[in-house]
Amino acid sequence: MKYQSQSVARLYFTGALTLFAAQIIFGLLGAFLYVVPTGLPDFMPFSVMRMIHTNALIVWLLMGFMGCTYFLLPEECETELHSVGLAKLQFWVFYAAALITVVGYLFGNYDGRSYLEQPIYIKVGIVLVALMFLYNCSLTLLKGRKTVISNILILGLWGVAVFFLFAFYNPANVILDKMFWWWVVHLWVEGVWELVMASILAFLMIKLTGVDREVVEKWLYVIIGLALFTGILGTGHHYYWIGTPGYWQWIGSIFSAFEILPFFAMVIFAFTMTYKRGRNHPNGAALLWSLGCAVISFFGAGVWGFLHTLAPINYYSHGTQITAAHGHLAFYGAYAMINLAMIVYAMPQLLGRKPYNQTLNMWSFWIITSGVTFMTFTLTFAGIVQTHLQRVMGMTYMDVQDQIGLFYIMRLGAGVVTAIGVILYIVSVLLPGREEEAAAVNVITD
Amino acid sequence: MAERLTKAAARNIFFGGSIFFFVIFVALVAQSVNFASQNGGNISATATSGKRIWERHACFDCHTLFGEGARFAPELGNVWLRYGGDKDPASARDALIAWIKNQPTRVEGRHQMPHFDLSDQDLNDLVDFFQYTSTINTQNWPPKISG
Repeated sequence: MKYQSQSVARLYFTGALTLFAAQIIFGLLGAFLYVVPTGLPDFMPFSVMRMIHTNALIVWLLMGFMGCTYFLLPEECETELHSVGLAKLQFWVFYAAALITVVGYLFGNYDGRSYLEQPIYIKVGIVLVALMFLYNCSLTLLKGRKTVISNILILGLWGVAVFFLFAFYNPANVILDKMFWWWVVHLWVEGVWELVMASILAFLMIKLTGVDREVVEKWLYVIIGLALFTGILGTGHHYYWIGTPGYWQWIGSIFSAFEILPFFAMVIFAFTMTYKRGRNHPNGAALLWSLGCAVISFFGAGVWGFLHTLAPINYYSHGTQITAAHGHLAFYGAYAMINLAMIVYAMPQLLGRKPYNQTLNMWSFWIITSGVTFMTFTLTFAGIVQTHLQRVMGMTYMDVQDQIGLFYIMRLGAGVVTAIGVILYIVSVLLPGREEEAAAVNVITD
Repeated sequence: MAERLTKAAARNIFFGGSIFFFVIFVALVAQSVNFASQNGGNISATATSGKRIWERHACFDCHTLFGEGARFAPELGNVWLRYGGDKDPASARDALIAWIKNQPTRVEGRHQMPHFDLSDQDLNDLVDFFQYTSTINTQNWPPKISG
């Protein structure tokens, strides 16, 4: 750690990991209800389990992005953060809002639309947190060195805040409601979040491989260019069947078919940089997560997205478990893994330890990745059977569910495996390794 | 990466291209807003209130509407037609309201819907909302009435 103010990232990473754990717990409960629908008390219906599962996911990813930014920005800008106090205050406001929201959900205090169930005062709170964050980061950027990585990262984060404002627009016309709901959801995860992800990945590649910054930054522009050229009009793949004009079937199909390209470019980028590396960084686990992030996001977001993005296919598969399969692998690969990579890279420095518990951490990588991948396979098969029975044969929803119960049991099993991996990850990151319990060690600064 | 592509060129392509595609996107969305105002603009006051009930109780966290939402429960964009509302509106209305009132069934192995304390007015508004969604042209989606 080169700058004192980077240490604020520790709060964010620790907070993010607790919400990650909450996401997994409520995901397991939701998966359990698919297998034993009468198995939980009345105040824990599927809707609330899903709400907490998805909201905890989004919040821990955002909290992680903020931690990544606070860690990365001083090194890129070669200056301390504008205000550490503000960053700490911002964390506690954000974390308290997250806890109030989750507990409130259990008591029926929600209102809104999917992923945006937060009561209005929480949404306003999120905007305030975003403003505190962007103010702090933008001033840091302005006073320091401006690199491509820091510029793109801050551009992406401003985009996150700007598009969130569409959460406040909820017209009675259900078509307009849905159209602009996607301005938050799609333009986040298939737009500006990719800027955030790619710049964090680029930062990690420079640190872990020692490859020349000029090369990495050129790659970064190519990757995010591909992401936005395909992703913006790729929004069309959500405008097929919600009451919008038919031409979106052409625009959405053509552009979103190419949304695989930025992820393919990230795989080539990550492996080329690793191949060219001038040094073996001691933090092998961080490199494993970085490469894994590129590969799994290529499959989850790229391949699984392409699988059902063409309008003639989506006509049958839309709103089945195929969507769920894609959602799980894409979020894990692209956004969970980039955060987990950065946390593994940064935490030893933040805690003043050597890269530690590497073997345990790598085990957690393989266990979580296997769990989520198997979960994706089971949901994909469930979705294919569901698509055929319901959309081709015309069977009713519940009759179809009875036919695909086996896949839900296997999905629950995959979820348990994932949860075990997550526990190992948290232990490996937060607790010191055996050889280091006796004495504190020199900090690895780079 | 080809040596021909300089960093400055890559930057210019990124910003120029992104702005270009975003402008096209905004133009198409503007046209679609116009289209949608016709297609989905005829929402009554009671259906609007029904939509608020749909949101207040997070129905989308189990059901889908035009395929969007969770997949724990059936599609409801066309539920009005599935209950024969286009042929016999009174019976469809009664059947839908009775269904909602009778939840949860507590039948083992069947997905459970919570019990919602809704007034008769709320229930009728909700049905009005489903009646409204069934009138929207969704390019013939879903392929089967089963949703």
